[in-house]
Amino acid sequence: MTTSPVESSPADAAQIDMPFVDGPLVDTVERAATNPEREQPYAALGLKEDEYLKIREILGRRPTSGELAMYSVMWSEHCSYKSSKVWLRQFGQKVTPEMTKNLMVGMGENAGVIDVGEGWAVTFKIESHNHPSYIEPFQGAATGVGGIVRDIISMGARPVAVMDALRFGAIDSPDTARVVHGVVSGISFYANCLGLPNIGGETYFDSVYQANPLVNALAVGVLRHEDLHLANARGVGNKVVLFGARTGGDGIGGASILASDSFSASGPTKRPAVQVGDPFAEKVLIECCLELFRDDLVEGIQDLGAAGISCATSELASNGDGGMAVDLDRVLLRDPSLTAEEILMSESQERMMAIVRPEKLDAFMAVVGKWEVETSVLGEVTDTGRLIITWRGETIVDVDPRTVAVDGPVYDRPIAYPTWIDELNADSASGLARPTAGEELAAQVQALAASANLSDKSWITAQYDRYVMGNTALSYPDDGGMVRVDEESGLGFAVATDANGRYCYLDPYQGAQLALAEAYRNVAVTGATPVAVSDCLNFGSPENPEVMWQFSKSVEGLADGCLELGIPVTGGNVSFYNQTGNVPIHPTPVVGVLGVIDDVARRVPSGWQDEGHNIYLLGITSLELDGSAWAGLVHGHLGGRPPAVDLQREKELAGLLNGGTKEALIGSAHDLADGGLAQALVESALRFGIGARIFLDELCERDGIDLATALFSESTGRVIVSVPREDDVRFVGLCEARRYPVQRIGVTDGLPDAAPSLNLQGMFDISLADLRAGWSGTLPTHFA
Amino acid sequence: MPTIVVEVMPKAELLDPQGKAVAGALARLGSSTFSSVRIGKRFELTFDGPVDDAVLAEVKDIAETLLSNAVIEDVVGIHADAL
Repeated sequence: MTTSPVESSPADAAQIDMPFVDGPLVDTVERAATNPEREQPYAALGLKEDEYLKIREILGRRPTSGELAMYSVMWSEHCSYKSSKVWLRQFGQKVTPEMTKNLMVGMGENAGVIDVGEGWAVTFKIESHNHPSYIEPFQGAATGVGGIVRDIISMGARPVAVMDALRFGAIDSPDTARVVHGVVSGISFYANCLGLPNIGGETYFDSVYQANPLVNALAVGVLRHEDLHLANARGVGNKVVLFGARTGGDGIGGASILASDSFSASGPTKRPAVQVGDPFAEKVLIECCLELFRDDLVEGIQDLGAAGISCATSELASNGDGGMAVDLDRVLLRDPSLTAEEILMSESQERMMAIVRPEKLDAFMAVVGKWEVETSVLGEVTDTGRLIITWRGETIVDVDPRTVAVDGPVYDRPIAYPTWIDELNADSASGLARPTAGEELAAQVQALAASANLSDKSWITAQYDRYVMGNTALSYPDDGGMVRVDEESGLGFAVATDANGRYCYLDPYQGAQLALAEAYRNVAVTGATPVAVSDCLNFGSPENPEVMWQFSKSVEGLADGCLELGIPVTGGNVSFYNQTGNVPIHPTPVVGVLGVIDDVARRVPSGWQDEGHNIYLLGITSLELDGSAWAGLVHGHLGGRPPAVDLQREKELAGLLNGGTKEALIGSAHDLADGGLAQALVESALRFGIGARIFLDELCERDGIDLATALFSESTGRVIVSVPREDDVRFVGLCEARRYPVQRIGVTDGLPDAAPSLNLQGMFDISLADLRAGWSGTLPTHFA
Repeated sequence: MPTIVVEVMPKAELLDPQGKAVAGALARLGSSTFSSVRIGKRFELTFDGPVDDAVLAEVKDIAETLLSNAVIEDVVGIHADAL
């Protein structure tokens, strides 16, 4: 072998000049055979030498430049999951028949689909768009929304809601405002133009995300069972049709280079690695696809995202009869000077590929014509087992599509236990000074409420449409978002996302389970029953054995947790190489949980609405301040062990809440998480401006804790609920029957003529006006 | 007073949804002469003093860092214009 790897730094890779074509000659399969030793830029395309050699072995010759383009993008970390695959298998293995009972489509397709009853199904997925959102925050975040929405369309569903899990650098760092403004406007621009409500999500600020923000976009769609579509190319002679926007030179190599290796934001790029989206084109595409589904005009469908045509053709062929013949000259181009390789790799937005029966092609063309969606027939399904692509009359790709899309490299990366974690775990927050005086307690409650991570996120969510389409039952600031699916019956779904990177840094296994438990609880408090999980696993470099250890532990924790809760992981994505310089981000496995509610009319609000209701705390509070928001804010401390998780208890709690809401005993429910009881009380009060008198002596006595621990501990399995007086006996009876710890801790305030306040008996009285000023003021201060 | 004009265009490879919309509108209005439209931005920077290399260098710097987004746009022209 005379080929030697081309030395290339990641910075060079970001500025790659496509060095494919020697002069005017197209690199064909024939030329690859007759000129076997031509040097190829595989390293600049992100392929390792052994991967390149493997491609040569598979083909029995050197790849053509077109084949090299395809393999390089499809074998990239982003598309192939080559470092994560060996771990992700657990999601498919740790399942019970009970968990898959309502699962219509599981992992591996564009998005999971769950039967929610009454002939309806819901599909949802969360996906990262982290790296593009740092380089070009507006377009990066916008196209992140566009991409996840297309995944939903390709299942045959109508997209009905989006939400976003965001992580930014320190709130006071100068670059953070640039990223926040771009990302938030990008999300609101794209989803608002599509007419989709944004029903929640989360936003955190932490310096670990300084040069690597996380933008995880989630979308939900609904469909009738019979509308389900899959991404496969079956039926020899069926047509392969590309429709939607034209293919241009944008986002080329984005998949392999941007998302799969460290990158540099400095310096202009030769080919822009980001894409510019057009939400109005996507809106038309949604309606067009739904009409195609309604009229039963497509056999299989796939959206074009990362790796564009390379991905769509090889995946459709792999999942179907195995063969496909495509003529690349028929791709409609925005820029006629594109090379074949560039066309194969382009990540131009708003494109779909469909498999259409020849006898239905005229009807298909009539529908796309009505919507003025540009369309071209690229080729057809074959039974040759080969994906053959021609260009200018010559064959430039001749591969087994499975070797591109399915049987890519799989790495069992080295794992190393990070020895630093022992010292970190030993450094508990339990010994930190805890306040006892009312004044100090009050100051800390207020400081937490106004802190970057616990403060009001309305400045962000108010830029999003939340009620468009008219089916939103709950959205931010409620714990989970809820949308009605059926206008007659009131059937609906609820979704929440969560991840606490600080917990995961202390213990990635437990941290992942904590994320799962919190998202599960957030769905349960709305009155819905959690049924499925989609996850977006954001980690540092898989080539760092300590990061790989964090990843393996998180996946294990999540898979074990899902098994225990009895809800399946239906899909998601992995994002590696998230780091600032050489420092990886905190492991951030964002967990999205979807729940079903038979009637959104019985949803439970997260805040107090009426005066004179009793406030109950469900669950036990222990001294668990390690990794807490309180330790971080008050003491700048991060160490120890995250709170214990008891998923059986979470299940019991969800069952109890479900029972309580079905009997209409619960006036409001709010999950306890970051910031503990203190923050839950603040948010419950501020939701509708109803104050409360709180007394924690009995709680402290029962659980053997001090007042500060009662307020700031982040013990799990806890929820505060407000219960109308007349339902008191029945509610307490329900808790006792289910043996769930319950403690009355206060009453919503009914004092006439008094300004509402949050009063902790004998300790402090903070007016809601003051609380709100702090809570709502933080984001506008930094960004408005 | 001299004015320096800075012209910024979306990078040629990238989609220009505004231009695409105008091109579509032209076609609907019956004009078939033009196959493509691209829309950029024009900035006019007015100041008091002579146009010299120092001013032009400053404008170039401003154009590349503030007036354009180098990731998706190119500065295609900087020229002095007497008003």
